[in-house]
Amino acid sequence: MIKHLRSAADLDAATATLILDTAGEMAALAGREVKKLPTLRGRTVVNLFYEDSTRTRISFEAAAKRLSADVINFSAKGSSVSKGESLKDTALTLQAMGADAVVIRHPASGAPHRLAQWVDGSVVNAGDGTHEHPTQALLDAYTMRSRLGRLDGLKVAIVGDVLHSRVARSNVLLLTTLGASVTLVGPPTLIPLDVAAALSKTTKVSYDLDSVLPDMDVVMMLRVQTERMQDSYFPSAREYSRRYGLDLARMRKMPEHSIVMHPGPMNRGMEITPEVADSSRSTIVEQVANGVSARMAVLYLLLGGKA
Amino acid sequence: MAQPRADTPSKIILSASDLHRVVDRVAHQILEKTSGATGTVLLGIPTRGVPLAQRLAARIHAFEGIDVPVGSLDITLYRDDLRLHATRALGKTELPGGGIDGRRVILVDDVLFSGRTVRAALDALNDEGRPSSVQLAVLVDRGHRQLPIRADYVGKNIPTALSESVRVSLTETDGLDEVRLTGSDDQ
Repeated sequence: MIKHLRSAADLDAATATLILDTAGEMAALAGREVKKLPTLRGRTVVNLFYEDSTRTRISFEAAAKRLSADVINFSAKGSSVSKGESLKDTALTLQAMGADAVVIRHPASGAPHRLAQWVDGSVVNAGDGTHEHPTQALLDAYTMRSRLGRLDGLKVAIVGDVLHSRVARSNVLLLTTLGASVTLVGPPTLIPLDVAAALSKTTKVSYDLDSVLPDMDVVMMLRVQTERMQDSYFPSAREYSRRYGLDLARMRKMPEHSIVMHPGPMNRGMEITPEVADSSRSTIVEQVANGVSARMAVLYLLLGGKA
Repeated sequence: MAQPRADTPSKIILSASDLHRVVDRVAHQILEKTSGATGTVLLGIPTRGVPLAQRLAARIHAFEGIDVPVGSLDITLYRDDLRLHATRALGKTELPGGGIDGRRVILVDDVLFSGRTVRAALDALNDEGRPSSVQLAVLVDRGHRQLPIRADYVGKNIPTALSESVRVSLTETDGLDEVRLTGSDDQ
């Protein structure tokens, strides 16, 4: 088993499948009266969050607590980081406290890689800059597999702001490893061609959502990062929504069995209409529940054995 | 059949037909001791406890026409030796419909050795519900207990040395039925 989860590229097909299978067992345990497992008793997991996050932080916290690990939450606000402490000094502090795993979210791409060189414990990337978010890709793959029964040969469209999306990057890497074929869809300004090519040789690119939809098993909508709107990647929110938003009319073009995913948080009415988000094809709420199971699987497989 | 390696002498303790007779006897003993196996659930401990539990249920059905619910209980997450080994893959936990609350649970495993697996199983069971009682059925008891645990139903007692190992093979998991003792006799 691997020691760190810094990138979805850390996972080969066998390891990724082991994580998804383990997540399945963890999900089965979530149905019982006593959800807590004694497995990681005495181990310490630090959630080191330099960026705002609700679902990812809570999801990791729930996952670690269900496995009986001790959880220390660290957010940059209200810590010595605001006094100017460097990532390295913070890392050494955590090291001195005996953290067995550090879950890190950081605005700088590559921060988890640096951190892994400074601490003895496992490092789990919970989102770094515009680089990667591997546990999101795992929970997405798990959701696809449990809804559609397989990953090999699945056709997946990832729609929207691919340029800034760490979710897209991790998903392309993981899904390709597991045999799915990915099509990136969005305005040309938001799809870096060199990145698409570098991520995977089999990844396709399209600028026309309507022509792609009838062929897809999964359509994953990305959040339009409104904080970047003024950078004029597209003329207006309205135009974006017309061309790349998923509404009922577009959803009807998708095959009968296909599903709609969104990593959250959603801009309802922007990239996805409320009717689509709340439809039976949408897996958005499932994704949140599956996130806890997938993260339990990752923590167990990283920390459960001999160090 | 593949020859065992020369440096590990091995002998067959139970042949396929022996093994079937032993399962038949344990099925009869369960029926006898539980007055007809009413309110009883068989839970196999993965890997080989699961097919054994299914075989016991099938034999009980053949003898008395009673359907005893069968499930599996994975104990990996409750092991006390997780940190001594590389991470283990999880097995399946599937409780039969109706659950285990208020029922007599019979745990089924292939080999009873240190007793630590059973200890973990009791912990796991405690988180799943509250059975009225818990019993233990094993195919082989090889001794060397490290905890105060004993089996209610034993297929065969095999005195062993610590250096030896007992290898249970079942058609469902290994392609053949037999129990073998391997390891150093006097090397």
